[in-house]
Amino acid sequence: MTANAPPVMAGSRRPASPLIWLAGCAGALILWLVVYLQLASSAEWVVSLMTVERESRLGEAIAFFAYDTPKVLLLLTLVVFGMGVVRSFFSPERTRALLAGRREAFGNVAAAALGIVTPFCSCSAVPLFIGFVSAGIPLGVTFSFLVAAPMVNEVALGLLFGLVGWQVALTYLVFGLVVAIVSGWVIGRLHLEGWLEEWVRNVRAGALDLPVARITVVDRIKAGIEAVRDIVARVWIWIIAGIAVGAFIHGYVPAQALASIMGREHWWSVPAAVLVGVPLYSNAAGIIPVVQALLGKGAAIGTVLAFMMSVTALSFPEMIILRKVMTLRLIAVFAAVVASGILAVGFLFNALFD
Amino acid sequence: MKNVKVLGSGCKRCVATAEMVQAEAARLGVPVEIEKVTDYVAIAGYGILSTPGIVIDGKVVHTGGLPKSEDLAQWLLA
Repeated sequence: MTANAPPVMAGSRRPASPLIWLAGCAGALILWLVVYLQLASSAEWVVSLMTVERESRLGEAIAFFAYDTPKVLLLLTLVVFGMGVVRSFFSPERTRALLAGRREAFGNVAAAALGIVTPFCSCSAVPLFIGFVSAGIPLGVTFSFLVAAPMVNEVALGLLFGLVGWQVALTYLVFGLVVAIVSGWVIGRLHLEGWLEEWVRNVRAGALDLPVARITVVDRIKAGIEAVRDIVARVWIWIIAGIAVGAFIHGYVPAQALASIMGREHWWSVPAAVLVGVPLYSNAAGIIPVVQALLGKGAAIGTVLAFMMSVTALSFPEMIILRKVMTLRLIAVFAAVVASGILAVGFLFNALFD
Repeated sequence: MKNVKVLGSGCKRCVATAEMVQAEAARLGVPVEIEKVTDYVAIAGYGILSTPGIVIDGKVVHTGGLPKSEDLAQWLLA
């Protein structure tokens, strides 16, 4: 070491230049686009390697699988990364501060919107619920958050976008928000605060005075990468399994076969889809590819939307977690109100679209 | 001896956080006493909304997600 070397603090690393990270992001995005644009031709190439007729059922199934798997994983990665970066701007504590003192109606809208961008894991549902309620956020507003957060999630949006198209993804986002806002508002009107568990009403949450951590651009990019590593690593196997089942349906189930049970002629197909969706929570990633294949075989869009919303918004594990803070009666009302909202969306879309 | 409380209902990340604290303290040679707080009332009492949370000598230093090990070192040495 020379005498005129700049003083370096022991143990500190040179801060990474934000420019290098931003350039890396831009480079990754370009690479992403190049790969994405090659997908269709490389899928055809894969099929041509196999000794199957392109027009045969097996050929159809293989082409579907070879095209959809990389496409969906690419789009999902992009959406999860973007959401990871956006979420680094929010925290549950900040959301609580934004919602505290809001009145109902506006509060419901704000809570549902914040539900999308606030980092949330159902394992934290109880502390979050207590923290919201004890900060004076109305019960209905808290519910709007609790419905929107799991329903409008990046995996569902990314997969719908990748498999079914941006129109359906956007519809899902908008009507997911509507269901969250309206069901929270309805629960608020019912004045069910007395149906919380006794101890929850008495909790005095401590005020938290966390020093504000300085978050740099590099930290946000890292948060996006971390989200991709965490989420994509967890769901990719389900997605591939789902696409494999979807590919089978695509190749082997005759067109319009499902119109008889999942089509719009039968009013009961919507409630049936909601009921079937409730226990399927953990497999949301695997279900969307199957749903997409079903759509192609005559399932109605309203039925499919209702099914998806039920899978994500009404989940048994979350209800069991919430049982710690709510009486069974309150959970039942919550499930019934949300289910009604989902049914309404299903019926509406089946009525609007052929 | 520093008292470190890891707040959380026992999810995977809470366990991982407790392990990180243990490892970091051992690396720095800081004597710690790690306590896991799983009671929701107690967790809510600290005002945190997302788990895992870390409380060192009665002060909340972190909430939500795994901590960074640089930050952990800073908190433990403070």
